[in-house]
Amino acid sequence: MINSLFLISHSGDIFLEKHWKSVISRSVCDYFLEAKEKAGDPENVAPVLQTPHHYLISIYRGKLFFLSVTQTEVPPLFVIEFLHRVADTFQDYFGDCSEVVIKENTVTVYELLEEMLDNGFPLATESNVLKEMIRPPTILRSVVNTLTGGSNVGGTLPTGQLSNVPWRRAGVKYTNNEAYFDVIEEIDAILDKSGTTVFAEIQGVVEACVKLTGMPDLTLSFMNPRLLDDVSFHPCVRFKRWESERVLSFIPPDGNFRLMSYHVSSQNLVAIPVYVKQNISFLETGSCGRLDITIGPKQTMGKTVENLTVTIPMPKSVLSVNLTATQGTYTFDLTTKVVLWDVGKLNPQKLPNLRGSISIQTGSPKPEENPSINIGLQIQQLAISGLKVSRLDMYGEKYKPFKGVKYVTKAGKFQVRT
Amino acid sequence: MTTMQRLLQLPVNAVNIVKTVQSQVQGQEEDKSPVLSPDSGQQTWYSALQPDELRHLRSGGTGGGGGGGGGGGGADQEERGSQEDGGGGGSFQSQPLRHDDLKEMLDSNKDSLKLEAMKRIVAMIARGKNASDLFPAVVKNVACKNIEVKKLVYVYLVRYAEEQQDLALLSISTFQRGLKDPNQLIRASALRVLSSIRVTIIVPIMMLAIKEAASDMSPYVRKTAAHAIPKLYSLDPEQKDQLIEVIEKLLADKTTLVAGSVVMAFEEVCPERIDLIHKNYRKLCNLLIDVEEWGQVVIINMLTRYARTQFLNPNINESLLEEGGGADKTFYGSDEDEDEDEEEKEKKAEAAAMAKRKPYVMDPDHRLLLRNTKPLLQSRNAAVVMAVAQLYFHLAPKAEVGVIAKALVRLLRSHSEVQYVVLQNVATMTIKRRGMFEPYLKSFYIRSTDPTQIKILKLEVLTNLANETNISTILREFQTYIKSMDKDFVAATIQAIGRCATNIGEVRDTCLNGLVQLLSNRDELVVAESVVVIKKLLQMQPEKHSDIIKHMAKLTDNIQVPMARASILWLIGEYCEHVPKIAPDVLRKMAKSFTNEEDIVKLQILNLAAKLYLTNSKQTKLLTQYVLNLAKYDQNYDIRDRARFIRQLIVPTEKSGALSKYAKKLFLALKPAPVLESPFKDRDHFQLGSLSHLLNAKAGGYQELPDWPESAPDASVRNVEVKESVPEWTKCSSREKRKEKKVEKPFYSDSEGESGPTESADSESDSASGSESGSEGSGSASESEESGGVSVSEEEEEEEEEEKKTKKRELKKAVQESESEQSSEEEDRKHERKMKQQKSDSESESDEEEESESESSQSESDDSESEAEVRKKKKAAESKPPSKPAKRETTKEKKEMSLLDLDDFEPAPSPQVTPVNNLFSNSLVTDLEGLSLSEAVLLPATITPSSVLKSYELLHRITGEGLSVEYCFSRQPFSPDANMVAVQMQFTNSSASDTKSLHMEDVKLQSGMRVKEFPEIESLPAGETATAVMGIDFCDSTQAANFQLCTHTRKFFVSIQPPVGELMRPVFLTENEFKKEQGQLMGMNEITEKLTLDAKCRNEHAIVQRVTTAANLSRVPCGSDKECSPPVPPPEHPVHRFAGRTVTSGSLVLVTVATREEGAAQLTINCEKMVIGTMLVKDILLALTQ
Repeated sequence: MINSLFLISHSGDIFLEKHWKSVISRSVCDYFLEAKEKAGDPENVAPVLQTPHHYLISIYRGKLFFLSVTQTEVPPLFVIEFLHRVADTFQDYFGDCSEVVIKENTVTVYELLEEMLDNGFPLATESNVLKEMIRPPTILRSVVNTLTGGSNVGGTLPTGQLSNVPWRRAGVKYTNNEAYFDVIEEIDAILDKSGTTVFAEIQGVVEACVKLTGMPDLTLSFMNPRLLDDVSFHPCVRFKRWESERVLSFIPPDGNFRLMSYHVSSQNLVAIPVYVKQNISFLETGSCGRLDITIGPKQTMGKTVENLTVTIPMPKSVLSVNLTATQGTYTFDLTTKVVLWDVGKLNPQKLPNLRGSISIQTGSPKPEENPSINIGLQIQQLAISGLKVSRLDMYGEKYKPFKGVKYVTKAGKFQVRT
Repeated sequence: MTTMQRLLQLPVNAVNIVKTVQSQVQGQEEDKSPVLSPDSGQQTWYSALQPDELRHLRSGGTGGGGGGGGGGGGADQEERGSQEDGGGGGSFQSQPLRHDDLKEMLDSNKDSLKLEAMKRIVAMIARGKNASDLFPAVVKNVACKNIEVKKLVYVYLVRYAEEQQDLALLSISTFQRGLKDPNQLIRASALRVLSSIRVTIIVPIMMLAIKEAASDMSPYVRKTAAHAIPKLYSLDPEQKDQLIEVIEKLLADKTTLVAGSVVMAFEEVCPERIDLIHKNYRKLCNLLIDVEEWGQVVIINMLTRYARTQFLNPNINESLLEEGGGADKTFYGSDEDEDEDEEEKEKKAEAAAMAKRKPYVMDPDHRLLLRNTKPLLQSRNAAVVMAVAQLYFHLAPKAEVGVIAKALVRLLRSHSEVQYVVLQNVATMTIKRRGMFEPYLKSFYIRSTDPTQIKILKLEVLTNLANETNISTILREFQTYIKSMDKDFVAATIQAIGRCATNIGEVRDTCLNGLVQLLSNRDELVVAESVVVIKKLLQMQPEKHSDIIKHMAKLTDNIQVPMARASILWLIGEYCEHVPKIAPDVLRKMAKSFTNEEDIVKLQILNLAAKLYLTNSKQTKLLTQYVLNLAKYDQNYDIRDRARFIRQLIVPTEKSGALSKYAKKLFLALKPAPVLESPFKDRDHFQLGSLSHLLNAKAGGYQELPDWPESAPDASVRNVEVKESVPEWTKCSSREKRKEKKVEKPFYSDSEGESGPTESADSESDSASGSESGSEGSGSASESEESGGVSVSEEEEEEEEEEKKTKKRELKKAVQESESEQSSEEEDRKHERKMKQQKSDSESESDEEEESESESSQSESDDSESEAEVRKKKKAAESKPPSKPAKRETTKEKKEMSLLDLDDFEPAPSPQVTPVNNLFSNSLVTDLEGLSLSEAVLLPATITPSSVLKSYELLHRITGEGLSVEYCFSRQPFSPDANMVAVQMQFTNSSASDTKSLHMEDVKLQSGMRVKEFPEIESLPAGETATAVMGIDFCDSTQAANFQLCTHTRKFFVSIQPPVGELMRPVFLTENEFKKEQGQLMGMNEITEKLTLDAKCRNEHAIVQRVTTAANLSRVPCGSDKECSPPVPPPEHPVHRFAGRTVTSGSLVLVTVATREEGAAQLTINCEKMVIGTMLVKDILLALTQ
């Protein structure tokens, strides 16, 4: 399966290597670096590369490349999914998955990698199991460790691997028992110039933060489960109960996890919370153009639209912009040519507007294309699909947990073509 | 040393190496070799080193800890360094003494220093720096007590052992010790590291260790053994045969923990030995859902290959059907005017129908695989989803493949790398099965923020999906894409438009016009790409488009992209007849700029010149000469050659031979239009989702996906003989077994339609599975889940009731059943055809389900559920053989019934009809199973045959962390103490680890109560069940007995509270005695209640049954006082009497049930103990009225 893993920084520096089988020289990364050079944008590097003796499968996460080397046939998704799981684990452990953090925690990283793969085959990938074996570093603990010479490695053995609920660690104890569920929905949409919806769908996830003592058995039910068209679950969810009763029945992992993700059937009309009136034009003569964008609420179900942002990647020939925003602030990144307008809260009485002129490099022709506008937004206390949690029941434990559900709607890949 | 040799199994010289090395390392400590002697713990070795260490530390002096490099210690260290050099190998020399500080820290006796040193070393390894010279210093710490140090040493060992084989041997004995540790986790980790050290010399040790671990008690160790197999194989392929044996053994393992790992080993070591899978196939299918996700991927991929070799192509009939249809048509066509041979016609029609219905019968095992993998489409792991998708693509009947589309589209929301791989596979799938993804067309729309490679793949999919109906939307979408900033993407879009135009005739002109418009685009790349595509399109119908060619000719002035220029020139040359005026002019312009053109353009200029010369030599002769002359002196030899060749061919000279006559034919031959094909065509001969498919090239170790066999191989190879032993896998295994048994019966498979017998087997075991008939495989795959238990018990409960039902009722029910069955059947068939089992279906199914449930729930009481469960287990564990014949009977009868009842709507039992009667089979089969069950209960000696026992839950599986305990009152006299009630407890360990020393502690009782504890259960292995009997003297009260149930790790507070009916034992009284006793217990001691008997319990048998179930009483034979008189017909309103004594005090308990008209009855209880009497009245009342 996976022979070796190299972590390569954005700039092409190989700063960590780990081998599970015989050592493979890091020169194998040259093929990758070459491809990276060629692709320009790191997103455009092909995830799978073939070299004379090896296959390189890589992912790009947090400005880092996770490059795995394999010598034989292996399902590429298997490796990709695993690499993402590694990155997720780092994120989980260190709160961030960046070069600096990984360099700071090399030893923990190494210990993690050692446990996650055996001979290139995934061994322990459940965060709960890993945390039992290798404790995540905290400031307090690192201070204590330096004073006492203690260690991050748990003294206990990974009993979680033996249990029939491998995702939950044993002997969990909390003084405050609480279970929170966040229903987060994202609207993916493409709107065309006139504002009509080309394509829209809702993708949702239920993120859970469960801190409950013992071995609770939870049942989460929805008011309107029929809304959910396509679902995928954390392994803890009993699929059969879902099939027959449309309730989520599970023994939760300890801590944060994604309980399910779902897709709201596209037959349902998707409510688009905002409309965008835009006019971006480049003058035929002279090296300038105009931009005028107004955003207003459309179907917000009476809630306030917050964290509204507008991102416009400008054509490469744009030199600078001179705009005025009636609300919020805007920035123009000279290298990437991206206009970022941070609007904030959308006030229906006074619609935010951004207008002004764009200057283009002299001599270059009028850009053919109009940039598309990407919208970011957030609406609290609303699941745009109308999904509602009806109740959460707990069995198997005697105490009364504190329960909470939060709904958030966000813009996913929300794009307006111009 | 001999012990050590035996242990290590090393050749003598190897041991010598070890010895010398070690002696060098340890310097003065030559005499002893405590490390290697198996008995000495790490402690000995450690302390042996200590004095030396201390000396060093002291001499190292002031530099606290590891920092000290200078001073007096310097010389000493150097000396040591050179010593180690001898053992450490050459690498040391290149970096002399660099890591002295680290070595010193490692040699210290402070764990913190060691840890610090190891951390720094590991950091070096991580950065790719060479730390091999530290090997001797590190390896000594292999037995360090600090876990983190130990782990880091392991990391180091695994990394460098290969380079320093001799020194690595030093560590072996530590691991060998670890292999024998009582703790399974230590055994596992020792095996893991041992097998990861790539040192050839220890191959025999590894082999031995693996073999041993493969039969370890702990599944976790066995898993590790499975992991070790490929490691050993890569180290020494010679061991293959032995390893295959181990793999075979592990494949038979029944735990989910092992399954994934062993299949992985199988795939790496012996993927060709498909025969090893046969016996384990069904088990793997059934375990699949509970295997960890990575294992799932490997197993599914392997099973895909397996299925390809063992089953028939499910789509085989499609071709047959088409043929049949065709035959039909010709037949009708030809016979339309001839009417005389009606008979023959009929015969033929029959034959055609036969062919159409040609019985492709899907192997039930094939169905099992499809059904059990389907729920995994809901996995959060993209690799699992992909694996299932490819399985369906390669194995499922065409009609069923559609289910994977939704899941694959979902993956498009994931990381871009995942998208990339999924889109590649979707692209391949859309070529073969376009319809599947058509509903999701919009999901492939491209966003400007997508990375280019994703955009291009989406474009590919969109192009593949284009057909007459959706092409207009797709083209509109393409129009937006052409405006994109991403030029590569625009070029790809133009090509896509070209492909749409070639594939769909209707839009060819529209596309062409659109492309021509693009010719005036400002971006050169766009124009160039359009030219190339237009060229290809024009080749298809050049006559119509001379104006386009003219337009393109004009472009030569502006377009600079060589490929585009070349394309235009080729077009003009090829179709110069259509543009006779322009062509020479273009050649003139080109001749002017010839020297500045790119090679590819030059070649086309020559080409154009030659063609013009042949068609229009008058105008172009000179020009051609000029161009040929220019080319003659070109720098590029290709061009020079071409010029020479063309000159000889077209310009007639005396030397040029016969060839020039054919010049026109050579140059102006009609060229076939190019076919614009997807690069993903035919990629599906690689297994989808594989690396080879992605690269479109065979990767090393790729296993070809075999073609379907012509005829089905023997299916019986997968049959597994039913074993007597208690299954290791949790409670669901009993059902699995049952299922397997069912499958074996030829009776079933004969009449099997699309849906396998396993399905009907499922429905038997699962009363709530009505929905399964609609969506196959929906739930059954996850049978092992706890939720299954409830439904099972319902059904068992039902069967118990049915046992006593009158025949009349049964018949009535059968009719009901057949009705609902009919509807479900119809639905089934609908479903089979259309495979659209979406919402409407499932709704109606759930309705049905409710119906059937409500029926059974009439007779249901909550606490009896668990009882049924216990009996179920017992049945699985103890009474398999006796229940078997009964079941066969069951199925037979079922079939008869179905034939009877289904008559009216299905005249001839065609293979599709009979088997699918889920709802029907449910109740009937359970009815009959009930009969066999009560027999089964007879077997265990501890249980009284007279009545059925209720069991109660003492400890739930979840609270007990895998340990579940149930108890029942066995109603047996408790031999150690007659005043105690016997409580039989059944322990089931469904966790993955053993539970040890089960016993009770800390008994808390009301005063007067006593408990006789059950003997301690030493060990309860995972998956096993055990029973034990304890006695409790409840003092004739229903107070609970509280105690703690202890295992080696946990304590659980539990309590046993007896129902009042269990506090007595039956006594035998005659009717006279009964009446006499009753006479003495009147007044306060008598309690009378009027009641209306439950509809189901108006016959004598039912009443007796219910009363004896509720209380441990014996029946008083009635009519015994009239013994002498001739047998009289039973009285119209019989009186039933029951008698018993309380266990502790022996007080009499007399129960009388006197029946009246229409189910009315009177219950009388006489008992000295009024509390017991009152409670008993309540209980019996409840039993009789419900």
